[in-house]
Amino acid sequence: MAKILVSLSVNGDPHELYLDTRRTLLDVLRDELGLLGTHRGCDAGDCGACTVHVDGLPMTSCLLLAADYHGAQITTVEGVLDDGKPNSLQQALVEKGGIQCGFCTPGFVMNGLALLSEKPRPTEAETRAWLSGNLCRCTGYVKIVDAVMTAARQSP
Amino acid sequence: MQAFDHHTPQTLPEALALLAQHDGTARVIAGGTDLMLYMKSGKAEPETIVNIKKLQPLQGISATNAGDLRLGALVTLRELTRSPLVLESYPSVAHAAGFMASEQIRSFATVGGNLCNASPSADLAPPLIARSASAHIVSADGEREIPLEDFFRGPGESALHAGELLQAINIPPPKGNAVYIKHAPRAFMDIAVVGVAARLELAAGRCRTASILLGAVAPTPLRARQAEAALAGQSLTDDIIANAARIASEECAPIDDIRGSAWYRRRMVGVLTRRALTALSNAQPLHAR
Repeated sequence: MAKILVSLSVNGDPHELYLDTRRTLLDVLRDELGLLGTHRGCDAGDCGACTVHVDGLPMTSCLLLAADYHGAQITTVEGVLDDGKPNSLQQALVEKGGIQCGFCTPGFVMNGLALLSEKPRPTEAETRAWLSGNLCRCTGYVKIVDAVMTAARQSP
Repeated sequence: MQAFDHHTPQTLPEALALLAQHDGTARVIAGGTDLMLYMKSGKAEPETIVNIKKLQPLQGISATNAGDLRLGALVTLRELTRSPLVLESYPSVAHAAGFMASEQIRSFATVGGNLCNASPSADLAPPLIARSASAHIVSADGEREIPLEDFFRGPGESALHAGELLQAINIPPPKGNAVYIKHAPRAFMDIAVVGVAARLELAAGRCRTASILLGAVAPTPLRARQAEAALAGQSLTDDIIANAARIASEECAPIDDIRGSAWYRRRMVGVLTRRALTALSNAQPLHAR
């Protein structure tokens, strides 16, 4: 079994990991670091439940070979609290009923935050297009889109 | 997934030496959005992976001294959709990139990966070939440049030999306007049932040169040569356009598969070719962005 030394910064914490070369970033986050907020849904890049930020960009961590991202800065849903409390998008998801079973929620939070950081005032069409890489089987998306638009309006 | 050795070369010569040394048994990984799926399913079982993400000469979008636009093979779909150079001069290419996969996938999927995986439905191929793009290929033995049109040999098969790497795509200065229409049930996160790229260069109300490239309707991206010939020198009336669209639908060679029947695809080639040519002849780009 081939192994490789990989350094990652995850939510600001440095990690040195000796990994099987086959491990995905998702495997590492969940199995090595115990960060279970990043969910494994389809494991094929379709559902978006495993979305994290890699060097500031949203990516599906199930399709990333951890060894390829030596030296990268990773942010997971565990790293986006606002002063220890839910951030404005998380708060809006709760208030607008954008969460039902919750399985897809971390992915929507991470991809939604990427949208709001690039386009602080997205239109509804832009929001729906941006979130097309996240699947939710409960809500029908209306309340999730509403939450993102609400968070956008609330930001200064 | 079968175990493999993993290398991250820091320079192009180092990468090319590694590829030469493994003589075809190593797989290159860039974005990895296709390769990871092949490895997870067992469709690909490489013994060695060469991660090319650190190779500087494969990065960036730049204007060359010759007036071409150079797209490094590692340019991501996300970069294509946000590049002022691409948006300004080749909006059909940016448009094609913007409707591929999802925001998350576009953050790491690359131009080179879309082309080297040589899917008949690769969305970047028709609009790039319609712009007469060429492929700059390097290996430990040297380099060569071929028309992108000649890069595709069959489903999953490119013109790259063992040990070769796609370094960049060069696009000459734009002649006329171009569009790309992707036909799929979903606007995003879907694969083209049919893709049509068209380019028209007009002079004094007549068609000077035309390109019509069809995706997902043949083993490779397909140039509709006879349809192009039917437009050259013509004044672009509805009849001339309808005739070229009919010829294009006869030229393609689609198959039945899960995304659509051959019959439907052939019909849609005619519809989309007519739609693309009509928009271009009216100087109304379908996607002015």
